[in-house]
Amino acid sequence: MTDTQWPVWEVFVQANPGIPHKHAGNVHAADAEMAMQNARDVYTRRSEGISIWVVPANAISASSPEDQGSFFEPSNDKPYRHPTFYKIPEGVKYL
Amino acid sequence: MEDEKKLAAFEAKIAAGNKIEPKDWMPEAYRKQLIRMMSQHAHSEIVGMLPEGNWITRAPNLRRKAILLAKVQDEAGHGLYLYSATETLGIDRTELLEQLHTGKAKYSSIFNYPTLTWADIGAIGWLVDGAAIMNQTALARGSYGPYSRAMVRICKEESFHNRQGYEIMMHLAQGTPEQKAMAQDALNRWWWPSIMMLGPSDDQSPNSEQLMRWKVKMESNDAIRQRFIDRTVPQADFIGLSIPDKDLKFDEASGHYEHGPINWEEFFEVIKGNGPCNAKRLKARSDADKKGRWVRDAAMAYAEKKKLKAA
Amino acid sequence: MTIQEAKFQYLLRLGDSSLIIGHRLSEWCGSGPILEEDIALINIALDFVGNATAILGYAATVEGNGRTEDDLAFLRSEREFRNLLITEQPNGDYASTITRQFLYDVYTYYLYEALKSSKDETIAALAEKSHKEITYHLRHTTEWMYRLGDGTEESHERMQNAMNDLWMFTGELFDMDEVDATLIKEGIAPDLNTIKEKWEAHVKPVIAEATLQIPSYNFKQKGSREGKHSEHLGFLLAEMQSVHRSFPGAKW
Repeated sequence: MTDTQWPVWEVFVQANPGIPHKHAGNVHAADAEMAMQNARDVYTRRSEGISIWVVPANAISASSPEDQGSFFEPSNDKPYRHPTFYKIPEGVKYL
Repeated sequence: MEDEKKLAAFEAKIAAGNKIEPKDWMPEAYRKQLIRMMSQHAHSEIVGMLPEGNWITRAPNLRRKAILLAKVQDEAGHGLYLYSATETLGIDRTELLEQLHTGKAKYSSIFNYPTLTWADIGAIGWLVDGAAIMNQTALARGSYGPYSRAMVRICKEESFHNRQGYEIMMHLAQGTPEQKAMAQDALNRWWWPSIMMLGPSDDQSPNSEQLMRWKVKMESNDAIRQRFIDRTVPQADFIGLSIPDKDLKFDEASGHYEHGPINWEEFFEVIKGNGPCNAKRLKARSDADKKGRWVRDAAMAYAEKKKLKAA
Repeated sequence: MTIQEAKFQYLLRLGDSSLIIGHRLSEWCGSGPILEEDIALINIALDFVGNATAILGYAATVEGNGRTEDDLAFLRSEREFRNLLITEQPNGDYASTITRQFLYDVYTYYLYEALKSSKDETIAALAEKSHKEITYHLRHTTEWMYRLGDGTEESHERMQNAMNDLWMFTGELFDMDEVDATLIKEGIAPDLNTIKEKWEAHVKPVIAEATLQIPSYNFKQKGSREGKHSEHLGFLLAEMQSVHRSFPGAKW
């Protein structure tokens, strides 16, 4: 067996009820339970969280910088997806 | 040709104040320099646990014991953030630690000095963390995203370290004559190493220009050092301790303190491995790693077994 | 024995045990098997120091002689300490530390659970807070019992050795004397026989699942109730109290 610092797990912490989990960083751990405990000890030492997700880092697929053009720019010319695109006469309510 | 275009885009991005992220293209020199700096920083945090850890079991009261434990724990946490940020550059922690244990990687010169009395815990928090914070606040504005984010988090957490150190010194300085003498002695021993830990003088720091342009380095060593001295001297005055520099004087014209000559020979000796505690610190880290090997192996073996059972 | 005397003694037992085992855990600082575990151990040590501070503070109040928690921690000698023998046993290897911690965590888990309904409101409130911390400690140590007990051949052997060495200190966890009798009658402290049943029902299946054996010997060490300790405590206190004792009356 080669020496190991254990696999990396990405850590997501929910700071308060009702808001999304946010990426906090990562920890090394041999298993999921350990990853959760390590995440708790490392990323919530100052009451930063009420819920934790841990995900094996190698289970995450990420887009690459080269994808930026083809992935994200096409949405730039679709302003009609945003409510501000539409002009509604003053005085009309609940729209 | 391709690389030149990429380099131009890379530099433009930095000039515009954007961050470089792990998957972005970066020049090899940038990656290498960052790995060197960030791992050195990470190693400093975990080696830095040792001189202070030395006093946890002897802290003079329960409050101080809890504070010191929390502080040393933060340092472990900071080491962890920094290793993790370094890993985004494509090198893993096992390899980084190996570089530390074999002496290939460096860590801050300051941690090769011994902590001889309880007052040293105050001096470290006040001076060493004070100097480190100056440096880290600058680095938080650096161009590499993961490093900069780690710095922001670390600076936020570290502000209490600096204060608790000063508080220890204040209590000692206002205490019995023996306590005050202990505080002055600690200041005498830690002042110059703290000044030196901010790195060699600008005229002895080559290739700084490119690193500044790439926002790997944000400020020159001398500029940070000057700011540290300007802020710290009045703090010493306030609690009635004297800075061990007979040439120290305030220059009205520039608004800065002028300090006496720094013993760079000592600094370079410590960096080379000839400080009072270099061998001891390295051995402590490397022994812990060796002693922990069977534990790490067992945890992996158990995880594998459980996976097989579940399958 | 008055209720006040009994309460003072009882609080010393609780507070000293936390203080001493917290001290032992803090000795790991900087030499844990991996960075994450260093952080975890310091967290647990911090919980114990906090618990000791609160309990010894209350002990000092109950005593009413003007002593503080620091006086109790730093100015008593070996024979005056009331911590359980298991808490002062040296860290040894990681297997010893985990085994010691597990056997003790299960004990405090049920003890503090019972103390949550103590008729003494301060004790009940302290127990309420501590029980949450202990619940986490126990989760941490239980997982490590499995990992190391059922990990590799080497880790299994180390764990079995640790169990063989430490089992003899588990008997006195449940010893009762006049202090307990006085407080049980008042509804302040629980009958340790009930804690013993729960402790046994809890540790046995974990030890079995960790593929370990409970040693066959019946011999149990005792003595902490009367301040008769192992030789280890003297050195621990000499270290812990050295700065405080060297500067009598100093403020820090």
